[in-house]
This record gives sequence, C-alpha cells and structure tokens, in this order.
Amino acid sequence: MENTKLDLDNYRSLLKEYLLTKNETALYQAEQFSKLSMQHNISPEEIIHVHIEALKELYPDLTQEVNDSLNFLLEAMISYGLAYQEFQTLREKQSELQSEISVAASMQQTLLSTVKPEIKGLDIGAISVPANQMSGDYYHFVTDKEDDTLGIAIADVIGKGIPAALAMSMIKYSMDSFPENQRNPSAILENLNRVVERNVDPSMFITMFYGLYNPGNETFSYASAGHEPGFYYHGDQDEFEEIEARGLVLGATDQATYRQFERKIKKNDCIILLTDGVTECRIGDRFIERDEILQVIKKYIQLPAQEAVEQVYKHFERLQEFQFRDDFTLIIIRKEV
Amino acid sequence: MDFKPCVNIRKEWDIVGARQLGREKAKEIGFGTVDQARIATAISELARNIYLYAGTGKICFEIVDDFEHKGLQIIAVDEGPGIRDISQVMEDGYTTSGGLGAGLPGVKRLMDHFDIISEVGEGTEIRASKWVR
Repeated sequence: MENTKLDLDNYRSLLKEYLLTKNETALYQAEQFSKLSMQHNISPEEIIHVHIEALKELYPDLTQEVNDSLNFLLEAMISYGLAYQEFQTLREKQSELQSEISVAASMQQTLLSTVKPEIKGLDIGAISVPANQMSGDYYHFVTDKEDDTLGIAIADVIGKGIPAALAMSMIKYSMDSFPENQRNPSAILENLNRVVERNVDPSMFITMFYGLYNPGNETFSYASAGHEPGFYYHGDQDEFEEIEARGLVLGATDQATYRQFERKIKKNDCIILLTDGVTECRIGDRFIERDEILQVIKKYIQLPAQEAVEQVYKHFERLQEFQFRDDFTLIIIRKEV
Repeated sequence: MDFKPCVNIRKEWDIVGARQLGREKAKEIGFGTVDQARIATAISELARNIYLYAGTGKICFEIVDDFEHKGLQIIAVDEGPGIRDISQVMEDGYTTSGGLGAGLPGVKRLMDHFDIISEVGEGTEIRASKWVR
C-alpha cells in the first residue's frame, strides 16, 4: 500500500476522527477509502487487518477478547476477498468477450448486408433488428437486370445469438453460390434444404420463405419452408389475408420438396413478410395475437413502406419495454401501379 | 531436506488438523495474521479437494529458506482419480463450490506460487508456496 491515502496512518486518523466526533464527514471519508481500496484491489481481510492495527495503536489496552474476535472476523472475510478477486477476473473476461462479439456482429452485418432495391412500381420497406448483438434473422433481395424480377428471401434460425448467426452466414453463402438462372422459389428451398441438412446440427432448424415477383405478368410466386406465414394486404378492401404456404423447415430431411404457389398482385396491394420475432412479441407473460399485429400494421400501412415498417417496429419496441426477446424482421412490399 | 510434517486426510475433520498444523508453521516462519489466514484457507481448499474427490491423501508442509525466499510450501498428495483437464479446473467460475471464488484458482490467488501434476488414474500432487514479505 504505497499510496499515501491508502495507508495505515490515514485509516487510523480517519478512525480516530470518527470515534471522537461521530460525524458524517469521517464516514464519508471512510466511503472514499473503501472505494480507493477497491480500485487498488485491496481485499476485505486487508481492510480488517488495517482496522485491527489502527485500533491497537489508538487503544493499546485493547482486551484480548476484542483482539481475538477481530482476528476471527478477518478469518471469516477471506472467502469474500477471494470471491471479489474472482469477480474482477470474470469482469475483465466478460468485457473481452463483449468486444469480440461486437467485432463478430459488425462482421456479420457486412456479410449479410443486402441492398434494398429501387424497383419501378414497387415501394419496399424492410427492417431487421437483432435481440442481442448478433442476428439469427436474415432477409435478402435479389434483382435481375434482364427481366426486372425481384427475389425476396426471409429466414429465421430457431434460436438466437451466435450459433444462429453462424448458421445464417452459411445460408447466405449457399444462396450466393446458386446459379444465376436458379430463381425458382421451390428449387431454391430444395437446394438450401440439402445444404442445411448436410451441414447444420440436427437440433438446429431454419425456416425460410422465398418469393419471386415478376413485373412482366404481375405475378408473385413463392414457397415456404415452415416459415411464419406472411400476409397479403388487399388495398381496396383494407383487409389482410394470410399467405398460405406449407413446407418442412430446412434441414429436417434431405428429401423435402416445397410446393410453389402463385398469385397475381393488384395495384395498392401489399405483401407483408415477417419472422416470429414479430408474432411472438410479448406483453408481460402473454403473447400478442396475430390479429393485434394486423391492427398495428393496418394503422401504418398507408405510410410509405419504409416508414411503415419502422413505425410498426417502434410500436412493438415500446410495447415490449425496449427489450426484444427474439430477432425482429419485417418487410412490406407495395405495388404502386 | 528437512523432515516433512504431514497430516493424513481421511475424514472431513482432518481438514481442521491440517489447517492447524499449517497455521503453526506459518506463525513460526513469521507470517502476519492476514497471510496466516490465507494460508489456512488454501490448506482447507486443498484438503477438502482430497476429501471430496480422492477420498484419502495427505497434506505436507515444507519450510523454504534459501537465498531467494523464505516461506512455506504446502504439498497436497493423493492417489485419487486424477484431473483430466487441468486447464478447466484452473478456470475461474468452473469451481464445483458453486462460484464461491475458491477452488484451485482460489488457492492460486491465496499463494505466491502454484504447481500441479496429475495423472488420470494415478493421482494428483499440488504444490503451493507463499513467501514472507
């Protein structure tokens, strides 16, 4: 204890002052002493030792019983000192891990980044927010300059955090490696299913929805691998309809096939895609109903698509007291003409 | 080497015997009360490990007094199952004591020098020393 303020003399004079005056100033200084001690990694048993020594100097006739009992207290503090040191080490380790995860998270963001395309006649809004630093949700837009089609992928790894994020990166790279002319939703899911089945732990499941919009014939074709059903919004009636598409989650069996559906998109209609982070929002212990989600979306659906998804996100963020339990992804695509 | 005083660990009560002998040695060499208490706690941990995981073993003490150091070495020896993954038991937070900050990392913190040799199926020898300042 080289520090002048930390030494025995200082403690002794503080103690003496307190015993004489019993005033708050001395107690405040004791608090400062204790903080300074912690900064210098001084264990509680050392403080007690300093206390005993100071007391002995102030009261040379200290009775044997008091002296012994203070030594007893010192003995009883040893484990607290150890626990405190362990806590310090673990805290350092935690901040190292934290910064490692931040680096990984920003790497993931770069890897999974997708450009929201500007497509004539379509208004697109997308938001994806991880519950923790790393996301197990993923969405991606694929455009084709030749025929102006738009591919939309939205996927969710069951589970979250780092394992989910790692699995997601794999999905992204598999999709990138598929041939350019491979734009067929059911074929894409079938290919991805084989990749996931071969490479991902059987306990991990990935749900995915893939849709392809062809402006030439105003048709939206899609297939789903067990993904949270999205909604089709009828602009003229101001009503929602669930987009039905059933299929096995990716990776369950290598033989899975995915049925492809098609539908015409009318002017002012919207396609709404989401992950279960949206539908499994909780208020207290209660999951919200899908109807409640639709009410919220309805409230904002007239806004430009990007503004709408952001408002919906903000609504649920507040509802959940700013603490999402799962990654949240929402996409709205409106046909404007 | 001097005659080494040892305490056999067979039952929980023997931990107290080991602490007592260790504290006497520590006092003899000139350790202050705080270090005496730390040495006693380290002995407790080592003796309890023997009692819990090896069943029987012994704790011996050696007074170190050479040009460099003056101090006490605790030697804990058992012929128990041994430790398969030493790095793991030396990791903070691993302790079977339920995160009470003790365990072998605790012993290492309480003492100035710590060494461990273990063979699976043969046993474990831990040497922990503390120097008088």
